[in-house]
Amino acid sequence: MAHLTNKDFTSDQEVKWCPGCGDYAILRAMQKALPQLERNKEDFVFVSGIGCSSRFPYYMNTYGFHTIHGRAPAFATGVKLANPKLSVWQITGDGDALAIGGNHFIHALRRNIDINILLFNNEIYGLTKGQFSPTSKKGIKTKSNPHGTTDEPFSPSDLAIGAQGSFFARVVDTNPKLMQKIFLEAEEHRGTSLIEILQNCVIFNDKTFAPITAKEVKQEAQLIVEDGKAMLFGAENNKGLILNGFKIEVVTIGENGITEKDILVHNAKEEDPTLHAMLARMRPPEFPAALGIIRAVNRPTFDEGLLAQLEYEKENAKFKTVDELLNSGDTWEIEG
Amino acid sequence: MDKTTKVVDLEKVVIKFAGDSGDGMQLTGSQFTDTSALLGNDLATFPDFPAEIRAPQGTVAGVSGFQIHIGRIDINTPGDIADVLVAMNPAALKANKKSIKKGGTIIVNIDSFTKRDLEKAGYENSPLEDNSFEGYNIIEAPITKLTRETLKDSGLDGKSVGRSKNMFALGIVYWMFNRPMEQTEQFLKKKFEKKPEVVEANIKVMHAGYNFADTIEALPSSYTVLSANLRKGTYRNVMGNQATAWGFLAAAERANKELFLGSYPITPASDILHELAKHKNLGVKTFQAEDEIAGICSAIGASFTGSLAITTTSGPGLALKGEALGLAIMTELPLVVVDVQRGGPSTGLPTKTEQSDLFQALYGRNGESPAVILASSTPANCFDWAYMASKITLEHNTPVVLLSDGYLGNGAEPWNIKSTKDMPSITPNIATEGEEYLPYKRDDRTLSRKLALPGTKGMEHRLGGLEKEDITGNVSYDGDNHEKMCRIREEKINRIANIIPKQEVFGKEKGDLLVVGWGGTHGSLYSAVEKLQKEGLNISLSQFNYINPLPKNTAEILNNFKKIVVCELNNGQFVNYLRMKNQGVIFNQYNKLQGLPFTTSELEDYFKTLLKN
Repeated sequence: MAHLTNKDFTSDQEVKWCPGCGDYAILRAMQKALPQLERNKEDFVFVSGIGCSSRFPYYMNTYGFHTIHGRAPAFATGVKLANPKLSVWQITGDGDALAIGGNHFIHALRRNIDINILLFNNEIYGLTKGQFSPTSKKGIKTKSNPHGTTDEPFSPSDLAIGAQGSFFARVVDTNPKLMQKIFLEAEEHRGTSLIEILQNCVIFNDKTFAPITAKEVKQEAQLIVEDGKAMLFGAENNKGLILNGFKIEVVTIGENGITEKDILVHNAKEEDPTLHAMLARMRPPEFPAALGIIRAVNRPTFDEGLLAQLEYEKENAKFKTVDELLNSGDTWEIEG
Repeated sequence: MDKTTKVVDLEKVVIKFAGDSGDGMQLTGSQFTDTSALLGNDLATFPDFPAEIRAPQGTVAGVSGFQIHIGRIDINTPGDIADVLVAMNPAALKANKKSIKKGGTIIVNIDSFTKRDLEKAGYENSPLEDNSFEGYNIIEAPITKLTRETLKDSGLDGKSVGRSKNMFALGIVYWMFNRPMEQTEQFLKKKFEKKPEVVEANIKVMHAGYNFADTIEALPSSYTVLSANLRKGTYRNVMGNQATAWGFLAAAERANKELFLGSYPITPASDILHELAKHKNLGVKTFQAEDEIAGICSAIGASFTGSLAITTTSGPGLALKGEALGLAIMTELPLVVVDVQRGGPSTGLPTKTEQSDLFQALYGRNGESPAVILASSTPANCFDWAYMASKITLEHNTPVVLLSDGYLGNGAEPWNIKSTKDMPSITPNIATEGEEYLPYKRDDRTLSRKLALPGTKGMEHRLGGLEKEDITGNVSYDGDNHEKMCRIREEKINRIANIIPKQEVFGKEKGDLLVVGWGGTHGSLYSAVEKLQKEGLNISLSQFNYINPLPKNTAEILNNFKKIVVCELNNGQFVNYLRMKNQGVIFNQYNKLQGLPFTTSELEDYFKTLLKN
C-alpha cells in the first residue's frame, strides 16, 4: 500500500464555496483523515445530494457522485450493496437530508447500512439563497418567511435515535482535530454513522452557532464526550453532568459536596438511547452542547445481512445457472 | 373413466372462471392452464381481478375472473368472449354477462343464488328464473352443498370446507374438457405439504366435481382440444412478469454482471420483484426500497458501481422516478426501468391494462433527456425484451425504459424455452485498469462513453447531474458545450437504430391497409389481421417493439400502404409520435380506454369499415 497524503485526496477542481465558509475546514479535515485509514484511494466513494455541501465530492480526488436533491442515501445504499468492500461516504446538508430527503435519511439509519453520513448543519438554505431550513431556530426571519418562522425545528440527533441509529456524533467546523478523529471512528463503526457538523454559513446565517463556538464562550459551552470518561467541561474542567431524577444537571466539583466520582461517565456503547438523546439535546446557555461520539452501538448491518443470505442461498441452491431455472418446474416436449 | 357421453373435438375454446375475490378463481384458472399446457395446447390467459384485495363479498365490485383461451391452433389472445363461464355467485354472473358467448355454457353454483346473494349482486329476481339467459346452456350445480357433503367426515372446519368449493368447479371443467387431474393433485400435495388433511379434502372435492359432471345429464357433451401444432422443443408456461425477470437473469449471466434490482411494490409490476427476490442463489441482489425514488436511485448507485441495475414500476412510480432517470441520462449510466403499465392518470385503474405511459417514457423529464424505449409484446417475449434492454443499456451506457403492461405481465402462454447460450452476447463498455481514462470520451461509432468502476485503481472521477464538459466530464456551464452535449446525447440514442433489426411486416409489404401497433396489443391485432387476410382482404400488420429509436425502415413501410391505422389502448400516443416523426403521412387511429385489451371482433369490424371507405 502506497502511503497517501492529503494531497492525494485533493482534486484538480477549483473549490467554489464562499470565502469563510465552514465547508473548507471540513474538506481539509477529510483530506487529512483519509490517509490515516491506510486504504487504497480507489476504494473511497463520496456520494452527495444537492446544496452547497453536496459539491464536496468534486473536490475529493476519489470516486464521487453528485446526485439529486435528498436522495443521496439511496444512491449510497446502491453503491454499498453493489460492492460492500467500498468505503462509502454521504455528504449532505440540513435541507438535503432533513427536508426533501427526510424519508431516505431515516430509512438508511433504520437499516443500518454501513455508510458514513456527514450532515453539514448550517440551519439555513445556502444554495437557494437564504430560506429557512428544517433545522432553523423557530422565529428566524428569512426571505421565505419575513415575519419569522412558525416551524418547529428538527433535532437531527432525535431523528437518528428515533430511527434506531447506531452511531451519532457531533462536531463543530472550528475543531478540525475532533473532526478527523470522528471521521476515522465513523469509518471504523459498522453500520450507518451519522456525524452532525455544526457548520457556519457566513453569508446567510453567520454566527448562528456562536453561542457554542465563539472563542470567549466555547469552553463553557462545549462538552466533548469520550467513551468511558467522566463528562467534565469548563475553563477549569471542573464542571460536570449528573443525573437528578430523570433530568441532567450541570454541577461544579467542590460545590455542594460534589466530587469527581459523582459525575456521569459517558458510555457511547449503551444500547438504551435515553441518555444519549438527553446529551444530544443539551444547548447553551443552560447546558454545554455535547460534541464527540455520543452513541456508537453494535447492531447488525443491512449489507452484512443481505450478503449472508446470498451466500447461504448460493450454497443451498437448487439452481446454479439460469438455464437450470428456465428448465425447472413443469415442462413438456413437442416433437417437430 | 368410461365415457359414454359424446366427445366433441374443438379447435379452440375460451373458458372463464369468475367468483368472489376470495373464491380462489385465480388458482382454479391457473390449474386449468397448467394442465392444458402439459397436454400440449397452445394457450393464452388473462386474470381480471379487482383492485381491492377483498371487496365486499358477493358484490359485483368483488368479482375476480380468470380467462383462458386454449387451442389446437395458434392462440394469440386470451379470447374476446367465453364459450364457458363458471360463475360462483350471482355477482360473477352479472359482471360477466357481456363476456359470455350467446348460447354458451354457464355453470353456476346454485347454492349461492339465495335472496340475499341476489340482493348483494343487485338483482331483484334470479336471472336464472326470468329470461335473462334464455338460449344459454345453464348448468345449475349445488357446489356448496355437495362440497360440504363430500367433506362432512373430514374433520375440517366450516371455513376450510368453504374454501374447497373452487376445486369442485375445477373438477366439473376438467370433466367437460377431458383433462386429467394428476397435475393438480401433484400441485396440491406440494402446496399443502404440511397439511395432508387439506390436500386430501381438495382432491376429494375435485373428484366429486368431476364425478358430478359425469353423472348429471345436464352436460350435453364433453369436449376435447387436441395438442397445438407448436414448434419442436421443450416448453413451459410463463407469465409476462416472470419472463421479464428471467430475461434480466439471463442477461446478467451472459454479461458476467451481478444483477441489482431496486424497487418499490406497485401493481401490476410487483411480481418481477417477487420473482427476482427468490433467486439470490443466482447472485441477484434485490432491494425493496422505502419508495419509488429510492428504488431507482439505489439502482443508479449500483450501476455506477458495476451491476446490471434495474428498477421496476408502473405509471405513478415512473412519474416519481423521472428526476433520477434524468440523472442517469446525464451521467450516461446503464439502467433499465421497467414500466408495467396500468390505467391512468393518477392511481387510475391499478389492476387494468392500458398503454398509458408511452409519452411519459418518451418525454416525462426535464430538459432534453432522450431515453431508449422498448416494448414487450407477448408474455413470453418479455424475456427477449428484458434481455435486449440489458444488452443495449450495458453496451451503450444509456438508460432504457422497457414498457410492458398489466395484460402482458399477468398473462401466460407456453414458451419454447430458450437457452442463455442462444442469446446474443453482451459486452459492457467498461474501462480497464491502466488505460488512460477520460470519463466523457466516446466511442466513435456508438458515441458511448466508458464507465470506470469504483475500486479500479487510478480512475477516480466524479459524476453528477450538472452539465458535463465534453471529454473530461468536468462541470461546465458553457452554453456552446451544453448545446453540443445535448446533441450528442440525442445522437447517441439515434445511432442505436444502426444496430437494431429492420421493422417487419406481417402480410404483404405493400397494400391497402397497414395496421400499426406497439407492445402488448400484438395478440389481438395479429389475430384480427390474420383472420381478415384469410378472408382475402389486403391488410398487413406491423407491430413495434423498438419505439425510440424507431427502426430505420419505418418511413419506408408506412409509405407502402394506401391507408394506415394505428391501434392503441390509449388516446393516441404512438400515432402522434409517428405523426411527428413522419410529417405528411396520414394516419387513422383506433383507440380504446376501457382497461381491457382489444377484442378481435371489434378490430375486424373497424378494419373492414376502413377498407370499404
